[in-house]
Amino acid sequence: MKYTLNVNGQSRSVDVASDTPLLWVLRDSLDLVGTKYGCGVGMCGACTIHLNGVPTRACMTPVSTVGKMKVTTIEGLAAASGKLHPVQQAWSDLDVAQCGYCQAGQIMTAAALLKDNPKPNDEDIDGAMAGNLCRCATYMRIRAGIKLAAGLTTAGKGGAQ
Amino acid sequence: MSSPSLAQPVGRRDFLKLTGLAGGGFALAFYIRSGGEAAAAETGDFSPNAFVRIARTGAVTIVSKQPEMGQGVKTSLPMIIAEQLEVPWKDIAIEQGDFDEKKYGGQSAGGSQSTPSNYDNFHVLGATVRTMLVEAAAQTWGVPASECRAEKATVIHTSGKSLKYGQLVAKAATLPVPAKDAVTLKQPKDFTLLGTRISQFDTPKIVTGKALFGIDVKLPGMLYAIYEKCPAFGGKVVSANLNEIKALPGVRDAFILEGNGKVKELVPGVAIIADSTWSAFSARKQLKITWDEGTVVNESWESFLKQAKEKSTQPGGKTLRKDGDPDAALASAAKTVEAQYSYPFISHANLEPQNTTAHWHDGIMEIWSPTQIPSIGTGMVNRVLGIAPEKIKLHLNRAGGGFGRRIGADYLIEAAAIAQKVNAPVKLTWSREDDMRHDQYRPGGIHFLKGGVDAKGKVVAWKNHCFTFGEGGSPGSGGSLSGDEFPGRWIANYQADQTMFDTGWPMGPWRAPGSCVFAWVMHSFIDELAHAGGRDPLELRLELLGEKDDMPAGNAGATTKGKQAAASYNVARMRNVLKFAAEKAGWGKKKFAKGSGAGIAFHFSHRGFFAQVAEVTVSKDGQLKVDRFVTGVDIGAQVVNLSGAENQVEGSVIDALGVLMYQELNIERGRTVQSNFNDYPMIRITDAPTKIETHFLKTAFPTTGLGEPALPPVAPAICNAIFAATGKRVRQFPLSRTDLRWT
Ligand code: FES
Ligand code: FES
Repeated sequence: MKYTLNVNGQSRSVDVASDTPLLWVLRDSLDLVGTKYGCGVGMCGACTIHLNGVPTRACMTPVSTVGKMKVTTIEGLAAASGKLHPVQQAWSDLDVAQCGYCQAGQIMTAAALLKDNPKPNDEDIDGAMAGNLCRCATYMRIRAGIKLAAGLTTAGKGGAQ
Repeated sequence: MSSPSLAQPVGRRDFLKLTGLAGGGFALAFYIRSGGEAAAAETGDFSPNAFVRIARTGAVTIVSKQPEMGQGVKTSLPMIIAEQLEVPWKDIAIEQGDFDEKKYGGQSAGGSQSTPSNYDNFHVLGATVRTMLVEAAAQTWGVPASECRAEKATVIHTSGKSLKYGQLVAKAATLPVPAKDAVTLKQPKDFTLLGTRISQFDTPKIVTGKALFGIDVKLPGMLYAIYEKCPAFGGKVVSANLNEIKALPGVRDAFILEGNGKVKELVPGVAIIADSTWSAFSARKQLKITWDEGTVVNESWESFLKQAKEKSTQPGGKTLRKDGDPDAALASAAKTVEAQYSYPFISHANLEPQNTTAHWHDGIMEIWSPTQIPSIGTGMVNRVLGIAPEKIKLHLNRAGGGFGRRIGADYLIEAAAIAQKVNAPVKLTWSREDDMRHDQYRPGGIHFLKGGVDAKGKVVAWKNHCFTFGEGGSPGSGGSLSGDEFPGRWIANYQADQTMFDTGWPMGPWRAPGSCVFAWVMHSFIDELAHAGGRDPLELRLELLGEKDDMPAGNAGATTKGKQAAASYNVARMRNVLKFAAEKAGWGKKKFAKGSGAGIAFHFSHRGFFAQVAEVTVSKDGQLKVDRFVTGVDIGAQVVNLSGAENQVEGSVIDALGVLMYQELNIERGRTVQSNFNDYPMIRITDAPTKIETHFLKTAFPTTGLGEPALPPVAPAICNAIFAATGKRVRQFPLSRTDLRWT
């Protein structure tokens, strides 16, 4: 089946089976490999993208359901100028990642949280991020990164407490 | 591995020896280009060794030889070269080297050995290049090199004149490479980079989603593969509906591989080759395979657990150590304690499922893989597929987590075996279910302990009968207790026995193999004895460690393998770091309300000395919250990258907490019960501690690694804190098996 998708502000055409999860359309057909496969069943969040700004599991989203919705992936989060989104910048400053595999999903979820709730408290942060696994367990820095991006702290050491 | 740690598991050490890496270090001569010809003629770059390249433009590139899996080695080891080279970090580019041990020396990333085996040599490498650039400037100016110094990629003469490195490239390339003793190393007091916080070099790619990992590899004309194996370990394919599969949309081919009869190498299965990952995944759902499951179906965890209970009072299959007369000492002890501790098998669950891309072309097997010990994979390709070593080319991709899983190369050999039958590059992607059903698991274990204390609460007797699991007649990686495992050697009347259940289950090293479970058992039981004797848990531990500064490797009653695994234990370092952590935590100074409390534990492994204090709160309905976790670290004289170091410790703390709280991989009828994160939960942000503190105790010893040794004492520190908070002793993993409710 042929589909025309709006991905990171561009119109992209693909020809895939209608049940193909958006995850594999992005990765295999569109060479946008920043969105990751971790579980395929909605449990890890590695595949988190935004659909019309809402954080969504790309592994659970058949391409046939996307329609005209705006798809934003980690590759499209920074400004067109290349200036990083504040969450990406905080992740860089605090050296949040270990292996880095989960981090695109973490960043996409965190960016959506801050759009909804620009000054989240600790519980808001844990609540919003609970769907994103980090096997390397960088959770302390994920919390710190969100606070830094929200302007609730100023840049300090990585792994703030 | 020149000074293997006390708790270094036998399996792992033998394994490293097998692969020729036991020496750890490598001769510097390895890297130096032959004939003193320092230039790479084609490019005009100055490249006196395999790791550093300086272009005429001044651009500096450092090659990282070690596999990167999140331990940060692609950043930390180049930092050492940059420090000695006197080039600002921001001006350095880092390239991942392909697998080529002739060029680079050992490229194994396991056992927390990347730092200790490369640390000294990398200082010399950087200093050598700097020395040549200084000499080039001195010759250009006709002044003695002693009047010149290097700073910010520039050589400066005492007169004030200066030349940038890029301007010195042509000259430096004509100079002979100086001998190791002829270079002066920059001294730690002058370090400006080492010990600071540096974000990983790959960070810009990670935060913007650029292709980086093995699973991201894409080659022109590449096809996509899945590989279905028998759910029961080692089962064989009898028949499969290959013709039906081949007719499905997007499918290019489907075939059976026989395997090589080894459960951790090429396992029998059915490959489907398709034009996209999803076509392959979809076709897989239509597979109908008849399996010969073999005898492994008679093996279940529960039945082994039952047998262990029945045999616990019988003599063990092997006595690992016997000192004094433990039975008599128990009989005359003022108080005795008996306890059974058990932990299940667990999975590594790397977030990036196993994968490898391979291309069989022109008689060459070219491979792209996220692997921890590349030589194991290439060795397997050579042995199983009969491809000559010089015809195997391996590119190293960043791995989405290692934790010991990617020391195994089963997924790599599968991809290569599949590629041999496909006339195109082919990427094999394991599903999460493949990953969890066909891991090389951390073995479970069951310990039956008896201990005795005298009237003063001093530990006078200790007996342990440990039940472990083996494959093909020897214990799984990290499964074998050592007779020297602490507190073996420290207690006059001590006995450790071990009985092994042989299985057909694949087992492999899991972050701090052996240590990751034994530290929990030993330090939990020490805590039980402390409470039985009415002693403070810290004070009893210090009494146990004793006054001697060094405990030589044991021999009495130790098995040959136990002896090999044992090593001298620097008691003074352990005592010091234990006191240090206790002081940082304010041990004994805080008053806790019921439901809250503190616990302490320590462990020595992978050359590092660690002591930890947990402060926890358990709600009345039994929910655990770690309020504060303090780690005292002695990894020697120099932290390389403080950011990465803290990240490793924090990750280890939360990883260990997650294993304690959630992880359990049941094996029934020779196959796993769990298959994905819905039935195999992992720790999430909501359970991460409120506060984690990491304190480094600088000592005069060589710098050692941090990927593993922070993990072992975490679980016992937390369980001991749970006891202090609630009076409930946790003797089983995961935590859900213990009722922590209190009134
Ligand atoms: S891959 Fe989509 S949630 Fe795990
Ligand atoms: S950084 Fe490795 S999974 Fe999160």
